[in-house]
This record gives sequence, C-alpha cells and structure tokens, in this order.
Amino acid sequence: MKVNLIPGKFGTYGGRYVPETLIPALEELDREYQKLKKNKEFQSELSKLLGTFAGRPTPLYFAKNLTKKLNGPKIFLKREDLLHSGAHKINNTLGQALLAVKMGKKRIIAETGAGQHGVATSIACAVFGLESVIYMGAKDVERQQSNVFRMQLMNSKVNPVISGSKTLKDAINEALRDWISNVADTHYLIGSVMGPHPFPTIVRDFQSVIGREVKHQITQRTGGLPDAVIACVGGGSNAIGSFYPFLNNEKVKLYGIEAGGKGTNTDYHASTLSKGRVGIFHGMKSYFLQDSYGQIKEAHSISAGLDYPGIGPEHAHLKDIQRVRYPKITDKEAVNAFLELSRTEGIIPALESSHAIAFMMKTAKDFRKDESVVITVSGRGDKDLQIVQDHLGNNSLE
Amino acid sequence: MKNNIVTRFSSLEKDNEKALIIYLVGGYPDMETSKQIIETAIKAGADIIEIGIPFSDPMADGPVIQQAFSDTLQNGIKPLDCLELVNSIKNSYDKIPIVIMTYSNILYSNGLNKFLRQAKDSKVDGFIIPDLNYEEADDFLEVTRDLDLATIFLTSPNTNVKRLEKISSISTGFVYMVSVYGITGARNRFERYTFDSIKRAKQVTRKHKIPLAVGFGISTPSDGKKMIKAGADGIIVGSSLIKLISLYKDNKDAMLSNLSTFIQQLKNACRT
Repeated sequence: MKVNLIPGKFGTYGGRYVPETLIPALEELDREYQKLKKNKEFQSELSKLLGTFAGRPTPLYFAKNLTKKLNGPKIFLKREDLLHSGAHKINNTLGQALLAVKMGKKRIIAETGAGQHGVATSIACAVFGLESVIYMGAKDVERQQSNVFRMQLMNSKVNPVISGSKTLKDAINEALRDWISNVADTHYLIGSVMGPHPFPTIVRDFQSVIGREVKHQITQRTGGLPDAVIACVGGGSNAIGSFYPFLNNEKVKLYGIEAGGKGTNTDYHASTLSKGRVGIFHGMKSYFLQDSYGQIKEAHSISAGLDYPGIGPEHAHLKDIQRVRYPKITDKEAVNAFLELSRTEGIIPALESSHAIAFMMKTAKDFRKDESVVITVSGRGDKDLQIVQDHLGNNSLE
Repeated sequence: MKNNIVTRFSSLEKDNEKALIIYLVGGYPDMETSKQIIETAIKAGADIIEIGIPFSDPMADGPVIQQAFSDTLQNGIKPLDCLELVNSIKNSYDKIPIVIMTYSNILYSNGLNKFLRQAKDSKVDGFIIPDLNYEEADDFLEVTRDLDLATIFLTSPNTNVKRLEKISSISTGFVYMVSVYGITGARNRFERYTFDSIKRAKQVTRKHKIPLAVGFGISTPSDGKKMIKAGADGIIVGSSLIKLISLYKDNKDAMLSNLSTFIQQLKNACRT
C-alpha cells in the first residue's frame, strides 16, 4: 500500500499553508533533510546519541499480570516511558536538533503544552549547545511550574503566551510568529507530526524508531507480527511512530486512541477525527475542532498532551482510507486505566498513554487468547500525579 | 469589465499618484462604527479598502490586530456580516475597490465555492490570503478566475526571483510585498534590506505590468514616502489605524476626526 505519493501530501491532507516568508525556510529544511536522511554519518551520530544518551532501544515488556486479569490477548508494552525525560518526545528533539546543527542554525524555538516537548527540546539544545526559546501558554505556565523550572535549569528561556486561549494552540501561533521574524538563523523544532511540510514527515521518521524496534522485538518473542498495535493520539507522533513500520502489514490492526474528555456530546473533548471537520490551520490541511464559521475551538482532555484541536495530516488520511481506527476514551476511563496499570504491573503510565491502556481494557474480550497486542506506553505518569489525585478527590484508592 | 482595482491603479498613474491602501477589521469595534470608519477613510483619500475578516488564530498578525480580531469575534461577528458590510459600503461608493483579507480556514470552512460566490454577490473585488501560497492555490485560483475576483498574493524580502515571477503572474490587482521579516504592527525603523527588496521586487512586477504595494509596519507618512521612493506603487497601512480606533473606542467623534486627519496625511505622502 502506498500511503504517501506526493511529497508533503497524505491523500489530500498536509501541504504547506504558511506566509510566504516561511517558504524558503521550509524548502531549505526539506532539501537538507532529504540529504541527511541518506547520510550514514548523520544516522549513526543520531543512533549513537539515542543509544548512549536517551536510552534506546526501550524494552518491549510482556505484561503478564494485565494479560491474566483481562483474560484477552497477550499484551506487550513498548516502554517509551523509560526514555530519558520520561517520554517519546526526545526521539524527535534529538533528531531535529542534530538536523539544525548540520544546517548551521544557532537558535531553536519550540512550542509546548504541558511542558513535555519543551523539556525534551531543552535537553536536546543543552546537548548541542543551542540557544533555546520555548513558547508556552500563560495558563499552562501557571499549571506546570515544575516543567517551567526544568526547562530553565537546562538554560531555556520560557516565554509565556498571553494571546488567544493562552494554551498550546496559541503557543504554536506565537512560535510561528517568532519564526517568521527570525527565519534566517532559527529552526522551529515542532513537537508533533503536524505543521507545514516537511515537518509531519520529519517527525514521523524520527519517531518511527518506536515501530521498528517493536517489529524486531515482537518477532523475536512470538515469531510473528502483532495482531494489533495501540497508541494514543493528540497531534499523533507516538502513534505514527508506532504504526508506520506496520502500515504495509495489513493484517496488523492499528488503533489510534483519541481523547474523549468529558464525553463527545459535551464541548470538553479533543476528538478531532471523530468530531472535527476538515480545515486549514497551523500550516496544514487536516481535521480540526472548529465552529461552523471556521473559528478554531479549544480542546479539552485530562491529559495535557492530547489537548490539541488538530491532528497530524497523515492520521487524517489513514482515517479516511480506514487503515487505522480512531476510537475515543474519556477522562474517566483513562484515569481508571492509569490506576489499573499502576496496580497490576507496577508501571505508572502518563495520562496520555493511559488512553491506550483503557482501550485495551475495554476491548480485551474482542481478541482471541492466542493473539498478541502491542501498546505504546508513550510516557511515564509522574507528571500527572497531582492531576489524578485531584480527579479522585475524596475517593480514596482503597 | 475591468476590475475596480486595475481601474484605480491606472487612474492614479495618470495623476502621478501612488495608492493608499487602508486595512480595517470588519466589524471592529462594532458594525455601525466599522461602517462609519470605512466611509471616513474613503472620504479622507483611501484608494483601496482592505477588510480583515476576523480569524481566531491569525498567525501573520501582531498583537494589535490579534486583539481587534478577538474582540470582534467576542461580539459575535460572522464572516458573512463582513461581506454584508462590504455590500453596504458599495451601495454608496460603488467605484471604491474593496478587498478581503482573511486566513485560508475561513474560506475553506465556509465552502470555498459558496463563500467566494457570496463575496462576489456582495461586490467584493478581490482576496488577500496571507497563509495561502501558490502551491496550494489551484482551487482558489480556479473559482476566483470564474468569478472575476482579484487574487493578491504576497511576497516577502526572502522570496527568490523564480517565485516572485510566479507570484506576479498569478496575482491580479496588485502584488502585496511584506516589507519585513515579521508580522503586522508598527516598526520603529526599517532596515536597509526592506528597501533593497522593494527595488528587486519592482524589477519583476514591472515586467509583469502589475503594481507592487508594500505593507507591514508602515505607521507614518514618512515610512510611506520611503517605500514609495524605493519603488512601491502603493502603501498599505493597518495596525496603526486599528490602534487609533481602539484608543478612541469610547469617543467616536474624536476617533473619526483623528482617523481622517491621519489618513489625509498618509495620502499626501502618496502624492509626492
């Protein structure tokens, strides 16, 4: 199956909807990336860094307790939560920062929602000695003080964004405005498989290390491919990274789990693919949560990493051609899964990843016992402890 | 029939004048005042009016226009209200060219065909879409050609000659030159590269016989004069007017008379 025929287009999605000022920068990035992608030295430098610094390969763990409890398929967990920084984001930031160095850029800008991508960017910039400026919605700065401090410790400047809804989408707007103003010496290190071409392709390629490792590891363990791969989707980078090496193996079912928030019958969700409409925003054509006049809406999810009103264009295409299914999981179901994995396996997953776990819990009965399923645990849950405590309120754990 | 924008540029050329293009946010600070502001601008000497249809996330705009957009959306102004505004202006001023500036999603989300047709019915003369470049503009160009709407594409200081050739060949009305690396909003000073790139762009647009108008950051008559001296056929002023409007939000008479004086001064800069 050919998924990506025209460079930068995924079916009719993707493209490059940006002010003319950014076109030369995107063309340069595309050109340089195509060159470096085939460059053995670049690839070996990156994989050395991923191995010795970030902690790759990450384990594929057979979750025997959860498997037994759910009485469904054999469940394997891809442990991206064990990476340095505690999430998959670093696969992309190290790759793009190295790319920026090779392109001679001195300054990195990035957006961040809850701070995960900002932290991963700060790490990569510290490694390469790059100047780093992180845009973060003023509301998020307030909510995520410890991540702000982490970024500052690693020498990043955190700029609170006071425009619009003061959250992730506004941080992206502001990062784009900065890039327009400083395009000559600055690289915009986008945190997900979104934005104008070539970003969705570059970020996918850097994250595909997840799926490549899974393919190798599961084949060694079970002698074959998995029957399904499950990952959560916000912008969609850990999901596309997990899915991409399996796209041509049509027997492998792929599930990208969207955040259903407080329910898609309310205004408080981030189910872009099931409730959004096709539009053009942040440089790409894709699905977006928007009102009937084309104004972009705010998204909601208990997990900050899924709290984005758009989704990467490749996911939009994979949905349309029905190669990937995109069911949704509510805040409440995600918190239950968070508790369940902590109890049964001794692994506290990020609330984002908890959406993927919750989908497994919900659908275990639909699988045969001899089938195997891989779930990407995209990050660890330490950052979410307070949120879960608040969510539980007076309901004690036992 | 010739497009109003083309007609206006040729009559200006005859009079040895440059074009003053005034950018205003549709429905800001409210519909009634917005209409009076546009009429004031026309009477004070604006040659072309550019109406911004508010978008929730304007990536090419600075804080002044962002705030005006968000206030206007808060007041419940819809894209069609802005088209209706154009129509009502055209009832009294049928020769004044009026173009719409908005972002891609407003066009596509409201149905490209349907929305452009509604714009044509409201006597809109053309469109400026800052996040649409020609690689992605096939549908847009097809529909606008059918409807005889002008398509004004943007060029920037770092646009190479090859792209500028293409931009000049598919633009109708004028080419919009972004003066700086940056977003809309007043600048304290312009650097040398701005004037160099106007000169470079002018060589290409002259060949294609299409006017070159320069915008972003122009906030005084003397800024305008400098752009014209470098080769601009027109200047576009927006944020500094919006700032004035927001400053006098509670005193409409003062707002309109200050706007009028300022626009006359800007127009004088186009007459040298």
